[in-house]
Amino acid sequence: MKRNREVYLDYSASTPVDPRVIEAMMPYFSEVYGNSTSSHSQGRRGEMAIEKARARVAQILNCQPSEVVFTSCGSESDNLAIRGAAWLARQQGRPARLITTPVEHSAVINTVLQLGELTDAEPVVVPVDRHGLVEAGRFADACRRGAALASVIYANNEVGSVNDLAELAAIAHEHDVLFHTDAVQAGGQLTLDVEQLGVDMLSLSAHKFYGPKGIGVLYVKDGIELPSVLTGGGHEGGRRAGTHNTAFIVGLATALELAYTETDERLRHFQNRRDQLINGLISRVASAQLTGHPAERLPSLASFVLPGIDANSLLMHLDMNGIAASSGSACKTGHPEPSDVLLALEYSSEEALCGLRLSVGIQTTEADIEYVMDILVDSVGKLRSLRREFVT
Amino acid sequence: MSLSDNRVVVAMSGGVDSSVAAALLVRAGYDVVGMMMRLWSDEALGGAEHNRCCTPDQMLIARTVADKLGIPFYVLDSKAVFRDTVVQYFIDQHRAGFTPNPCLECNRHIRFDWLLRHALALDADYLATGHYARISEDSAGKRLLMKGLDPGKDQSYVLSVMGQEQLAKTLFPVGEYPKAEVRRIAIELGLDLANRKDSQDLCFLGKSDYRDFLTAHASDVMSKGPIMTTAGAVLGEHRGLANYTIGQRKGLGLSHHEPLYVLAMNPFKNALVVGTRAELGRDHLFTERVNWVSGAPPAQPFRAEVKIRYRSRPQGALVQPLGDGRARVDFDEPQRDITPGQAAVVYQGDVCLGGGLIAKFDEAADHLEPEDQLAQFSA
Repeated sequence: MKRNREVYLDYSASTPVDPRVIEAMMPYFSEVYGNSTSSHSQGRRGEMAIEKARARVAQILNCQPSEVVFTSCGSESDNLAIRGAAWLARQQGRPARLITTPVEHSAVINTVLQLGELTDAEPVVVPVDRHGLVEAGRFADACRRGAALASVIYANNEVGSVNDLAELAAIAHEHDVLFHTDAVQAGGQLTLDVEQLGVDMLSLSAHKFYGPKGIGVLYVKDGIELPSVLTGGGHEGGRRAGTHNTAFIVGLATALELAYTETDERLRHFQNRRDQLINGLISRVASAQLTGHPAERLPSLASFVLPGIDANSLLMHLDMNGIAASSGSACKTGHPEPSDVLLALEYSSEEALCGLRLSVGIQTTEADIEYVMDILVDSVGKLRSLRREFVT
Repeated sequence: MSLSDNRVVVAMSGGVDSSVAAALLVRAGYDVVGMMMRLWSDEALGGAEHNRCCTPDQMLIARTVADKLGIPFYVLDSKAVFRDTVVQYFIDQHRAGFTPNPCLECNRHIRFDWLLRHALALDADYLATGHYARISEDSAGKRLLMKGLDPGKDQSYVLSVMGQEQLAKTLFPVGEYPKAEVRRIAIELGLDLANRKDSQDLCFLGKSDYRDFLTAHASDVMSKGPIMTTAGAVLGEHRGLANYTIGQRKGLGLSHHEPLYVLAMNPFKNALVVGTRAELGRDHLFTERVNWVSGAPPAQPFRAEVKIRYRSRPQGALVQPLGDGRARVDFDEPQRDITPGQAAVVYQGDVCLGGGLIAKFDEAADHLEPEDQLAQFSA
């Protein structure tokens, strides 16, 4: 394949692992390989590495190390938070209502819906505004009847809008409702200070901030006696069984620390590239609309609706030119469905097939974006004229 | 300019022929892109989520082959246009008492139009498929559609809908190869040859049978009615016209002093018309919507070989192009299985000149002399 350039603009889907992170992980594959629960020296060394990592994560979350639970991914963290809260409510004889939003990651919404189907839990979905943000008034109405948990996404993965968690958590607490947030997209970019955010539980995943795939965190506020979802040994304070993935835990902590040490530099870079994309696309592609909140959005994420452009075909054209992008409706089996997030934002089902998400990263250059703009303008032109040939 | 400057989109199905087509193009040095069309299937029937042309298994095979060849692979959502053209055509034709061949319609509207245009929009110079056929040029620079090199696998019948514009943008890589070579390359690609049988069923039926499909989508052609002779005598009851084919003898449930065959379907009376073996044979047919590969009908009647079904042998005939996209075919020998809705495809040796859809037998017109019939159709 001859390609002029390779430009990866799908950092919201996953990021490459930072070489410094790989370096930190390396000793924990074949040098320090003992099971962290073993009492011998190999085991102790593994345990120490994990506890150090836990303390580093706790530092960034501004919480106690004992409040940090390592999981296998963001989805597992969400599952533990929601299922755990539902069971906790059941143990305590509290109402098994689960409040959430229509723009959650599928790990949240599908867990809530499944509990609604298989148990006596009652899902309550609070509508969002045109930008995908939860309105305090409607959220308060939902909390008023009491609930086992409210789970609200921190930064939306498709349109990048950032919720005011502190305000929403305070409302939940007024009504004695536990508050969880899926902070997977926010990790590495927005503050994770749980005191400031006021959350009871928070999910993270390392591969969104230049750490490895297959490792996540759930912050669980002290005093919440969350029953384990993955049962077995007493790992993670009885909240998550399973042998520790020492290398990946160290990798997660290292990546998180790097993200929040270099945060000013990174965010400035992300924002510049993102705004270059947004300004370029809105000015050069006719009828392109920015989706999500214009200001309260993830520094790295630009998202659009391009009316009349089938996202699947556009992604194919971009890929043919070496550009990796994504869409909430795209599907590699040729069976696109309108994006649930865009539908919740009251875009038409036709528009909800035309979403495009471009997310920038540390490596993205100004020239990359210029190249992407040229290809986008060309591809959109070709697809629009192709569409005219078939719509007669 | 080298071949690597020529981009080819190859339609991949996960099957042997299209996989080998892709491999041959890569080997020749083209800039190759694999593409599969996601086609419509009836999810309501038998719970089949996938069209047989693009099941998850086949997608995975095609993806794996593409990966092995180092080419990109995409799936193009073609469900709506396929449903609106090919599937609707299948239903409408059955309703009108025809026995359609949706594969030709798919080549006409989907493969060599919809997919071809998507390929061109992707800056491709050509669309390639795994069909056994060849393209060459005559001395005047006209493109010729030719039978595949391997006579046993020739697929030019279903390509007879193609014209000059499409042939100029199309490649049939496997059509140039004998089957043994194709098999050898398939083995090199790690394809499981033993395990794939060509399905004779229509791809969009999913897990259902075409009878279930028609019951759901065109119940009128699946309702009982009279079995009649050409003279109008009712001999029995049929189970729905779409259950029968022209020339069928078995399964009619009739007791008669001589064997009876299906002669025709009359959708207006919902009648199945039967007759003797002698009545079955016809020495001519008319075709409609004729496509001439060269772009224009030949000026004079000409001798040719005509195939009236995908699997039938070409028969010697005189072909007379008529006005209005029609033609008349007079066979040297009467033919038993002339089926309205199937294609009559015209050959001279290896060259496919084109084809058209076999028209209904017009009872009145059948009693006219050939000259009068010609006059009637050219009027």
